[in-house]
Amino acid sequence: MLVSVPVFASADGPMTGLVRLTGVTRHFDPSPRGPGRILARPRPAPLTAVADVSLSIPEGTVYGLVGESGSGKSTLGRLVAGLLAPSSGRIEVAGRDPQGANAAAIGIQMIFQDPAASLNPRWRVGDIVTEPVAARGRVPRGLAERLLVQVGLDPADRGKFPRAFSGGQQQRIAIARALSANPRLVICDEPTSALDVSVQAQVLNLISDLRRDLGLTCLFISHDLAVIRHMADRVGVLYQGRLVEEAAAGTLFAAPRHPYTRMLLDAVPRLDGGGGRAGLRAGDIPDAVPAPTGCVFHPRCRVAVARCASERPALRAAACGRVACHLA
Amino acid sequence: MSVGPVLSLRDVSVSVPGRGARGARALAVDRVSVDIAAGEVLGIVGESGAGKSLLASAVTGLLPPRAGLSGGEVWIAGARVDHLPEARLRRLRGRVVGTVFQDPLGALNPLMTIGAQLAETIAVHLPLSRSAARQRAAEALAEVGIPAPADRLGCYPHELSGGMRQRVGIALALCAAPALLIADEPTTALDVSVQAQILALLKRLCRDRGMAVMLITHDMGVIAETADRIAVLYAGRLVETGPVRDVLDTPCHPYTDGLVAAVPRIDGRPGRLAQIPGAMPPPGARPAGCAFHPRCALARDRCRKDPAPEVAAAGGRAACWFPCRSLPARTDP
Amino acid sequence: MMGRAADGAIGRGQSLARTPRALLSLGVLAGLVLAAIGAPLLAPHDPFDPATLDLMNGFTAPMTHNPYTGDLFWLGADDQGRDVFSAILFGLRISLFVGMSAVALAAMLGVSLGLLAGYLGGWVDGLTMRAADVQLTFPAILVAMLIFGVAKGITPVAYRDEMAIWVLILAIGLSDWVPFARVVRGAAMVEASRDYVLAARLSGRSGPAIMLRHILPNVLSPVLVIATIGLAQAIVTEATLSFLGIGAPPTQPSLGTLIRTGQSYLFSGEWWILAFPAATLLALALAVNLLGDWLRDRLNPVLQ
Repeated sequence: MLVSVPVFASADGPMTGLVRLTGVTRHFDPSPRGPGRILARPRPAPLTAVADVSLSIPEGTVYGLVGESGSGKSTLGRLVAGLLAPSSGRIEVAGRDPQGANAAAIGIQMIFQDPAASLNPRWRVGDIVTEPVAARGRVPRGLAERLLVQVGLDPADRGKFPRAFSGGQQQRIAIARALSANPRLVICDEPTSALDVSVQAQVLNLISDLRRDLGLTCLFISHDLAVIRHMADRVGVLYQGRLVEEAAAGTLFAAPRHPYTRMLLDAVPRLDGGGGRAGLRAGDIPDAVPAPTGCVFHPRCRVAVARCASERPALRAAACGRVACHLA
Repeated sequence: MSVGPVLSLRDVSVSVPGRGARGARALAVDRVSVDIAAGEVLGIVGESGAGKSLLASAVTGLLPPRAGLSGGEVWIAGARVDHLPEARLRRLRGRVVGTVFQDPLGALNPLMTIGAQLAETIAVHLPLSRSAARQRAAEALAEVGIPAPADRLGCYPHELSGGMRQRVGIALALCAAPALLIADEPTTALDVSVQAQILALLKRLCRDRGMAVMLITHDMGVIAETADRIAVLYAGRLVETGPVRDVLDTPCHPYTDGLVAAVPRIDGRPGRLAQIPGAMPPPGARPAGCAFHPRCALARDRCRKDPAPEVAAAGGRAACWFPCRSLPARTDP
Repeated sequence: MMGRAADGAIGRGQSLARTPRALLSLGVLAGLVLAAIGAPLLAPHDPFDPATLDLMNGFTAPMTHNPYTGDLFWLGADDQGRDVFSAILFGLRISLFVGMSAVALAAMLGVSLGLLAGYLGGWVDGLTMRAADVQLTFPAILVAMLIFGVAKGITPVAYRDEMAIWVLILAIGLSDWVPFARVVRGAAMVEASRDYVLAARLSGRSGPAIMLRHILPNVLSPVLVIATIGLAQAIVTEATLSFLGIGAPPTQPSLGTLIRTGQSYLFSGEWWILAFPAATLLALALAVNLLGDWLRDRLNPVLQ
């Protein structure tokens, strides 16, 4: 039932694609809910999780979104899935707003970081994997078994509960559920961060294979640059809610242009022992109050000049991508 | 201090309750022997459930209530410590063995300023006046790279960032100048840029103080960057140990080999990752013979019957019947 | 430095067989429930058939033969010559029926409101929880009396005695929904933020389907505990209302009604008319409460 679609990697311009984000911003209001809201004084300033992000994901490609904790990458994933509404800006998936019932109609599915939390502990695996079909109508006989086989599980497992499975197997179940919806877009939010290395390899291979065989479009979110390098066609680097650099994966990892991307790449520990360099200025406090003016990264940037503190760099076209830095 | 290793584990086993209400006890750590010399970082790597944290707890005597040391000897700085009464162990912890935890928030008292916590810990170990202890606390913060340390003494843990909290955690563990530092996943909760700083700090402290460091992590990259020697645990057994470069460049045990090949490389070409089929069995459900044989492409009848022998390999040791054989093409069906 | 998560300290909830107190409670409760169900078969007399009552049997002491009629009463007879043992069996029936029905009503109401408040949040949550706060400022018994009064007022006089039991159930049920709503709301809020609910939304499940099929099964275990403890409370509330004379009518006496009848004879020496119904009520409430405590410990994830 899963139709194989041939994939043509199209060199689309920035404004075409299955997923299109235009100036997307999302604030969170940290003030108390309910009546306490009126009494809370001074009202805390809204937190900006995602700020003015524009990007596009061509059909059939994998867009890797990388950033550290608090960079807003998970929020961006939920915005694209239609689970959150943007405070401003426009999100289109297949030409439609993904919010509400549209997400299911378009075929947006998500794979989450914690596989145990993403499966209802009281449901049997067979019911979990067919839920997207059951929500629309009758589940064909044998569908659950076919899905389980597709993700490398035993079809006889359909009667078990999620707790009977290891983390890697639970993630396979979550992937089977996503597949049963015949999805066009799969958002993977740190799908292997909770898994061990050998299991991570199994799950990443499974996602790659299915993606290729089914021609899926994928938004792949991770803090792990090596995983992004492995999975993505195109990579966006998010820092404090802003896209600071975007390029084809090969270009970004070979020749990073933004100082933040460079710092991240230097800091990644490598098996050959040639990484793990702490690239911050001495005495720096990494986490982050957003810079009020100028470049968001300038308080941590080792090459920052006076202009970086006063003027916010625009995300402008650079070789094979875009970068938001005055000096790049 | 004696010339021998700071920490020496001899055939250490830790048993845990089996599955089910009255299951038989099972070995979660099975006859592990390792040494750590002064000024050396030993990286202990393994997947979740391999027994690496229990091994560390066996050293400090802080095993979870239902787990118990069921065999072997623990020697710290030339003295056997595994059968000491709790009161003597408590003196040992902190003074001879410092511990850094994964979650620094859990190790810090949220209601005390970090200055007070440091001064309190220092006062336990050194006969100092209050102001002298506070002075030492500021020095301890400076040593772990916290800027303006005197100003930070009045901060509460929640006012610090994750990286700063982990630095305080390290300062706390170093208060009494321990001979052995146990760091249990010290950077797992941190961002990659902060992780690099903390690892650099651990490495520097190890060299400057001549401390022995036991670094426990699931991240092969962290081990490769930080450790001098590596010990690979699988299903409670030590499957391979040796100098880190030797082991990672030419792994001799098929598990180590598979683990190294399964790591996505930031400089590598995208493609299929090598994968080890299956999953590690929990304690109590381990197969006879070599525990790795159901997942091993090299497994023969012998591996299914007899426990793997420990052999010298690539500057270290490996527990395998067929060590250092290149694996068949690493693709799965 | 000692602040490690002591995951090993987590003991398994003790099984029923290894807690004699809970086992005893379960035995007592089972005995009482069976006695109530089998009342028509077990009772030596029919306490509600005036034709079988003999006023000459009035005030017969327990385990004695009446000097006039020669009848034997195990637990004595009351002023009307009614067998106390039989009255207790039938009273137990009423008490248990009212208690269980009231708790079922309270649970249905509380769970529904809590689920809606927890999942929808916003003004639904605000409204429900404020209503709960207001209700909690009054003692439950007062709320029950109020509802009982209003309901009785609008019931036609001819049906009052017939409807009294149902009015009682309604009054107790409506006064006791708050604990259910509060616990379910909290649990539902936690569950609603979990990833499996997001996955269900992406699968195109509607809000009601998510609430009923996903969240409800995951918030039910604390409900069982509250229901058990609530049952003891409901039985006592019913007894209190009946004792005050505004509950079960004398034609359908509950344990509370029996206690009310008995208390006027306590000081004239006929202690059994009060003591046996009161002891039964005590045993029932205590057994249910102890069982509830055990259930709570058993299901508490922190203690498990």
